[in-house]
Amino acid sequence: MPDQKKQDDHVFRLSRRKTLKGLVAGLGAIALPSATASASVWESFFQQHFRELSKKELQEVLARLEKGYSKEYGKPVKVKATAPIEGVKFGYGLDLSRCIGCRRCVYGCVTENNQSRDPQVHWIRVVQLDKERGVDLDKAEHYYNPKKVPEEGHFYMPVQCQQCENPPCTKVCPVQATWTETDGVIVVDYNWCIGCRYCMAACPYGARHFNWSKPTIPADEVNPDTHYLGNRPRPVGVVEKCTFCVQRTREQPGRYPACEEICPVGARKFGNLLDPDSEIRYLIENKRVFILKEDLNTQPKFFYFYAT
Amino acid sequence: MSRTPVFFALLTFVVLVAVLVGAPDPASAVKEKYFDRSGNLVIEERSAAEALRPYKIKNREPEKSFAVPPAPFSEGIFPCSDCHADMEPNLQRRELEDMHTDIVLHHAEGQRWCLDCHNPNDRDKLRLVSGELIEFSESYRLCGQCHGVKFRDWKVGIHGKRTGYWNGDKQYLLCAHCHNPHDPKFKSLTPMPPPVRPGQARH
Repeated sequence: MPDQKKQDDHVFRLSRRKTLKGLVAGLGAIALPSATASASVWESFFQQHFRELSKKELQEVLARLEKGYSKEYGKPVKVKATAPIEGVKFGYGLDLSRCIGCRRCVYGCVTENNQSRDPQVHWIRVVQLDKERGVDLDKAEHYYNPKKVPEEGHFYMPVQCQQCENPPCTKVCPVQATWTETDGVIVVDYNWCIGCRYCMAACPYGARHFNWSKPTIPADEVNPDTHYLGNRPRPVGVVEKCTFCVQRTREQPGRYPACEEICPVGARKFGNLLDPDSEIRYLIENKRVFILKEDLNTQPKFFYFYAT
Repeated sequence: MSRTPVFFALLTFVVLVAVLVGAPDPASAVKEKYFDRSGNLVIEERSAAEALRPYKIKNREPEKSFAVPPAPFSEGIFPCSDCHADMEPNLQRRELEDMHTDIVLHHAEGQRWCLDCHNPNDRDKLRLVSGELIEFSESYRLCGQCHGVKFRDWKVGIHGKRTGYWNGDKQYLLCAHCHNPHDPKFKSLTPMPPPVRPGQARH
């Protein structure tokens, strides 16, 4: 027996207590970020919801993001969090009698808003429709590719986020990662989004897009003027959408959205719905206007019109 | 009876005083008070005539000049007087054979020719139907003579393109920046590539 006891003292015997201790220590070690990860991983993990951040916290978050993006793309990237301007509600007008379907807006938007090139994300879709049928979205052609546009007997309708006054997308978000700002723009906190894609299912305009893999943006094409709620490079697994270029329009004086600026036919109009002298108010009051899928009561702030 | 002249004199005096004291002075300013969107009280002084005006007439005056980029001339063609200064204007309606043969008029060509818009004596100017000479940077007024509805839309920023700031200074493109005045139909463009079909995407 003494021999047996001696042997027991030298041989490792697995007890329940030892098992549990080891298990906890091991799992804990795995859960820790690897040695190469910076403190920003912790900080972003414990970051609060955008609207609950104090001023100081927000500054820290922006500084952290700027540092990360600048390192990733090898050039200084600015991340702003410009607040909405008081007394402003943005509205958009699109002249269907002018649009020729050249898709300049689609790619202007991609460049301005740092959308992923591969997998491809386009916030604007231009569909080709039959003049005889009118706005019949069942017969819309998204992949038209003739030598020259416009094609005989067709008209073109760009569709992007309609910035609804009664948005179905924000209602279904289980974590309130998307909401309407006071200037009427619907934004996403990419750091709060859990990627459930409920909002994509809820949106009747197909205006929300998911980052199925890490977005690829060539470093030399990254737009370094970014907004936290807008065009900053997105992480994988979050939903993104048109924000009427908050990084441009909330400046003083505010630039036009990139799609408006690039349109070669001047079909796109943008302005403040609360300003009676704005272009957008003039066209709503004087032109034939319709909103897309009016029957759904989403109340878009995106107005299609016919100037002629 | 003897009271009548005195009575009338008094009446005249009273009426005069009433008119002088009670009637508004046309030059006097009117103070308009309202609250702006931030809730601050704003007091604006306007002349009485201004306050009576029922609507703002800015953007509605035809003589107003608009900020535009330089007119889109072909290279080396302007000023026209470089060549035309020493030439005797030929007012004969004809096909041009020596110069400007690249210009093929396709703009109601049966009803007009060069000198309906170009001024014969000073070629650096355009000429309105009224005879008024205008700069090329004001050519929208020339186009607006016929295309009044388009001109009206252009002035308020609906037809054509404006650049600049939605809440700040704007620049208007001239009609001629998008429409060749001699052949104004907008030319078709090559579309940018269509999106990748979902089946073809690589993840």
